Amino acid sequence: MTSQIINNHSAEHHDHDAEATAKVAFGFWIYIMSDCILFSCFFASYAVLHTNVFGGAGPKELFDLNYVMVETFLLLTSSFTYGLAMLAAHKNNKAQALTWLFITFLLGLGFIGMEINEFHHLIIEGNGPSRSAFLSSFFGLVGLHGLHVTCGLIWMALLMFQVSTRGLTAMVNRKLACLSLFWHFLDIIWIFVFTVVYLMGVM
Amino acid sequence: MSAHHVSATGESHGSVKAYTIGFILSIILTVIPYFIVVNHMMPVEGIAIAVVLLAIGQLFIQLVFFLHLDRSSEQRWNLITFLFTTLILLILVIGSIWIMWNLNYNMMDH
Repeated sequence: MTSQIINNHSAEHHDHDAEATAKVAFGFWIYIMSDCILFSCFFASYAVLHTNVFGGAGPKELFDLNYVMVETFLLLTSSFTYGLAMLAAHKNNKAQALTWLFITFLLGLGFIGMEINEFHHLIIEGNGPSRSAFLSSFFGLVGLHGLHVTCGLIWMALLMFQVSTRGLTAMVNRKLACLSLFWHFLDIIWIFVFTVVYLMGVM
Repeated sequence: MSAHHVSATGESHGSVKAYTIGFILSIILTVIPYFIVVNHMMPVEGIAIAVVLLAIGQLFIQLVFFLHLDRSSEQRWNLITFLFTTLILLILVIGSIWIMWNLNYNMMDH
């Protein structure tokens, strides 16, 4: 609308970019909402199956709350540092944006490393996903979240490469905005995994 | 919410202050349920209700401070789709638990 009033080519161009960003962000938001539904199915199956331990170990014996607490803080901090990366990108500060993205990436990598380590320990002790319905739904839910985080990390690595080669163009900023929605969304999902699976599991 | 700076298209970017407040509140809302569970501060039902309420509290904190979801007109469709998703999600989760609980109950040997 403003482009019709302001007869300035660069302003028109900027307006077009902003409109495209709003559309892309809304489309990506719809995807995230559908992903919420996917997660809710996994949460529902966990809620239904978590008492069926088939004579094996239950959540109380298997989960170490302190270990999971460290994972939670890694992911929570990474959500915060991604926010700082977005602010740096809006200020057109490429070096600062890249630094925060790299810190976010390392925190996410730490989270995934700890999760793989936890899964590895469970499996070598004979508590793999095929042990009981509880463990199937546990590996399904937590694994699905871990898979999302892994995809987010690959995406982040590619975006860091694009920021460093192309700079903070309108298109790169759009991609950063989408990943920011995705990354904060994964943090919110983790709060519920932490609450429903771990906190309510060991209480 | 005055800390937010909103561009011409209504796309909210947040500020360092908003992110920091969100981060600190999230830490507090993560540490409280942890101590409630570790120290067995209430009966089991009480703990369950408390940790779920604290998680929902943290959901709102992160929606507002990290995802910048608010009631502004530019965000209306984001909010409407979010509310619709929440409705479907609750039907799925509560419905599944309700049905399967009844199934278990009726399949038991009385």
